[in-house]
Amino acid sequence: MTIGPVHSKAPSSHNGTPAVRIVDLCRHYQMGETLIRAVDGVSVRIQPGEFVALLGSSGSGKSSLLNLIAGLDRPTSGAVIVENRDLAQLSREELARHRLRTVGMVFQSFNLVSRMTLAENVELPLRFAEVDRSQRQALTRKALERVGLGARRTHRPSELSGGEQQRAALARALINQPKLLLADEPTGNLDSRTGTEIMNFIREFNQSLKMTIVMVTHERALAERYAQRMIFLTDGRLVDDQSNSATVATSLQWERR
Amino acid sequence: MKTYDLTELALRNLRESSLRNSLTTIGISVGVASLVAMLSLGIGLQKLATRHLAKSGLFDTVVVTSRREMRGFGRDDERNTASAAESRTLDEPARQEIERLPDVLEAYPDIRFITELRYQDKPHLTMVSGIPDSARSNDAFAGIPGTFFSSETAPEVILQKSFAMELLGKTPPPGQEDDVPVNDLAQPLLGQELTMRYAQRVSSPSPMGEDTPTRVSASTDLAESWSDEAYSVISREQKLKIVGISDLDPDSMRGAARARVFLPLKLAQDLRVMQPSDVRDSMRGFSKQPSYSTISVRVKNPKQVEAVEQAIKKLGFNTFSILDATRSLRQFFAVLDLFLGIFGSLALAVASIGIVNTLVMAILERRREIGIMKAIGASDGDVKKLFFAEAGAMGLLGGVVGVALGWTIGHIINLGTNIYLKRQALPPESFWSVPWWLVGAAIVFAFIVSLVSGLYPAARAARLDPVQALRYE
Ligand SMILES: Nc1ncnc2c1ncn2[C@@H]1O[C@H](COP(=O)(O)OP(=O)(O)O)[C@@H](O)[C@H]1O
Ligand SMILES: [Mg+2]
Repeated sequence: MTIGPVHSKAPSSHNGTPAVRIVDLCRHYQMGETLIRAVDGVSVRIQPGEFVALLGSSGSGKSSLLNLIAGLDRPTSGAVIVENRDLAQLSREELARHRLRTVGMVFQSFNLVSRMTLAENVELPLRFAEVDRSQRQALTRKALERVGLGARRTHRPSELSGGEQQRAALARALINQPKLLLADEPTGNLDSRTGTEIMNFIREFNQSLKMTIVMVTHERALAERYAQRMIFLTDGRLVDDQSNSATVATSLQWERR
Repeated sequence: MKTYDLTELALRNLRESSLRNSLTTIGISVGVASLVAMLSLGIGLQKLATRHLAKSGLFDTVVVTSRREMRGFGRDDERNTASAAESRTLDEPARQEIERLPDVLEAYPDIRFITELRYQDKPHLTMVSGIPDSARSNDAFAGIPGTFFSSETAPEVILQKSFAMELLGKTPPPGQEDDVPVNDLAQPLLGQELTMRYAQRVSSPSPMGEDTPTRVSASTDLAESWSDEAYSVISREQKLKIVGISDLDPDSMRGAARARVFLPLKLAQDLRVMQPSDVRDSMRGFSKQPSYSTISVRVKNPKQVEAVEQAIKKLGFNTFSILDATRSLRQFFAVLDLFLGIFGSLALAVASIGIVNTLVMAILERRREIGIMKAIGASDGDVKKLFFAEAGAMGLLGGVVGVALGWTIGHIINLGTNIYLKRQALPPESFWSVPWWLVGAAIVFAFIVSLVSGLYPAARAARLDPVQALRYE
């Protein structure tokens, strides 16, 4: 048993190719006269299977960094290398493919398509991936059952609680079996009890599906409880990067069970 | 994304905001309907005109004349070509030869002469014409008061309206002839008898003994052929029964119909009435065989008129057909269709602005949805195709509904007009025609116009930045 959190620099014990390698990444916005450095020279490596929390105050550039990893946005300069490919060099088409196959995303505001049922929402990435109809049904049902929404498949998002909506969003993010789950304040709109429920799902994906998790949050407590590593951003700069021994310990406990 | 999925999603999206989308679709429908209505009217009118003209016998008829007669007029094009071998007499063997040509239905001589007809002992001088049995289905004779000739040689006549009026002594002031109903004339005249006095041509020497032939030496100047070329003319009488009255305006008609009294053609031939051409021929010293001034050739199909004309020209005759008139008529309808089509298309163009508007509105409204779709892996192409599919679906639906609407509007107009025609005691007409190709073309056109309208909105939706789209709450 380790006593107290052990503060150390980014783990270098992991060998082999990282899940995400970010090199001197910048994302600047020109707003009239002023230049906003949303992401400003960030370099970081995230290992496969890691559960990383991105921490920082509001406007510190967490979402901007996450969107760059997701391939939703393009950097002003620098590189984001996922699976040996620099996202900055990819075409729009290839970026869409990256979002479809390699990453799954969940958001604070759930972002389900309101005019579609849960099943249709979860099925949507399968349509884009041109998966056969026959397989889609089964995959969708399995994904919804995994998050405990098997009975709600024909409901619309508006008929569900926030926690249920976020679970559906998780099911959708997982449907194409991505290696990387990117979550932007997934519990931000939820009360602490449902938030915990969601976090438990995310931890389960990390541990049983061996997914790499990058989660944006501004709640340090949440990060300390679930993440193995915490990256702190201030004004678009990486100011601290520490592993969370307590979490590592719990996760080990988890694995031992 | 697969086409099936695209279609499914597009239809789903259309159903969601059904009010606005159905309004847009109605806009397209109205555009398509007006296009279909306009073009159907154009096509229908064209068909109507062609039908009437075909019935009038104008378009399937070639008029054949001998080149000899033309030579006298010094026509430039005939001067060199009409050598003696080529120019032939338009006689019975020639008629039979023409009739044997492919695609020729019949070839009959035009028999017309001016003679005296007596009705209730009053003489009337008029133009009499032989009408072939095929004229039975002609517009001029179909549905007249009375009947057509009972046989090809029946001693019967059909009177032209103005002649009927003359017989009854009813002479309305000029220009008001049309006001007299034909039925009023038919009442006292049908079944009555006329006596026709005419000059019969008899080959010389006359076999007739009972009559005293008025011997006419038609070729007195040509002493050497005197005995061969002369013939006799005998004055004869023939009783004829009035069987019908035709409303036809003699001045508007061609050839044989340009007369005021009509006989069965066979009868006219059998009577061997002396014709103006007989005199002319004998003056020139041609054969003893009677020759015809003109022969009318009916062709199976107006399309074959040109070929038949060529064939007859090769036989050494002059021909005339109304082919040139059809050409200009077709030209007229092409222009009419074009104009009607442009007006119809304008309505569709207005409707297409509706599509653009609806889709642009949909993009604004569905910004977030587009952002979400992109975030979970939709490519630019997927988004573009989805909007395209929605535009296409609206177009297709609008096209189908529009064709149905246009068809219905057309039928209502047709019905209304026929009620009006009935009130005016005119036969019903169908001047409305929706051919299958128009149905298909209108739907395809609506579809294409919609896709083109979807071009800009779809491109705009595809370009949407997902980060921006998702920032909006
Ligand atoms: N599209 C944009 N245009 C201009 N400024 C932006 C844009 N997106 C983000 N920013 C700015 O970049 C900074 C970082 O934003 P963000 O990454 O959303 O922060 P966080 O998620 O940490 O709250 C903020 O100051 C924000 O105003
Ligand atoms: Mg944020």
